[in-house]
Amino acid sequence: MNIAVLQFPGSNCDQDAFHLFASGLGLATRYVWHKETSLGQADLVVVPGGFSYGDYLRCGAIARFSPVMRALRAHAEGGGLVLGICNGFQILCEAGLLPGALIRNSSLEYRCMTCELAVGDAGPSFNTRTLGARVRLPIGHGEGNYRIDEEGMARLEERGQVILRYVDNPNGSLGDVAGIRSESGNVFGMMPHPDRAFERFHPSQDGLAVARAVLMAGSRVGTGAAS
Amino acid sequence: MKIKVFVTPKKNVLDPQGVAVGHALESLGLKGLRSARVGKVIELEVEGSDCPQLRAQLDKLCADLLSNPVIEDYHYEIAGV
Repeated sequence: MNIAVLQFPGSNCDQDAFHLFASGLGLATRYVWHKETSLGQADLVVVPGGFSYGDYLRCGAIARFSPVMRALRAHAEGGGLVLGICNGFQILCEAGLLPGALIRNSSLEYRCMTCELAVGDAGPSFNTRTLGARVRLPIGHGEGNYRIDEEGMARLEERGQVILRYVDNPNGSLGDVAGIRSESGNVFGMMPHPDRAFERFHPSQDGLAVARAVLMAGSRVGTGAAS
Repeated sequence: MKIKVFVTPKKNVLDPQGVAVGHALESLGLKGLRSARVGKVIELEVEGSDCPQLRAQLDKLCADLLSNPVIEDYHYEIAGV
């Protein structure tokens, strides 16, 4: 499997994400600069955390218009896997690849802590059988408060698109949402950081299982034909 | 021509900043506050003049970049030549 990690000006978890897939899972991983117009051979594209374009205007609003995003959209529409972590999740929402938006935490505080997360029954690879009922992952964000209109929320629930929920909501997210997947099942977004949860010195090693669950989704949605 | 774009949180979307600012205003003695909402103003200076094509383009730019329709509303004012 080939992993591509996008880099925007202001990305700061690109190396963490690279390290998770390259060292943690031993997969062929490379960086793709945001000015690139092609992703090359990629089974999974990771949109990493950070503060792309200084979070100016809104988190993820400007990154959405980077040249590489056109290739990312084509990759996603062809069934290719995408994982957005933290700022990456915000970018995917801004780009319309995932529904909803992330606003300022209700506490107005930047929250940096390890969270207990309930695993949703969200498809053949991302569920309590593959991950157990709960995982622990760190968060570090000021804008992780998930918002969507009522119908949108009902649709997410109905289709099992909520992949992770906070057990103790740190940011005011509707429905305690910490992460979702697209209806098609190949685009994942989450505020918690699997890329900060796999080394012995990390607060948990659950990031490996979460990353594997995302990768396993690839064999279920037929990415082969597209990439 | 000067264009002022106003971006505000949608009425039914929680505005944590507005709530915090409202509390501060009350603590400074403002009575009868019903709500406080915090948005942003984007000021543009553009050559040319007001016309339907410009407004159509502005609407698209406001919806695509300057605001996020999931959580925000926008309107703009055009002044001068």
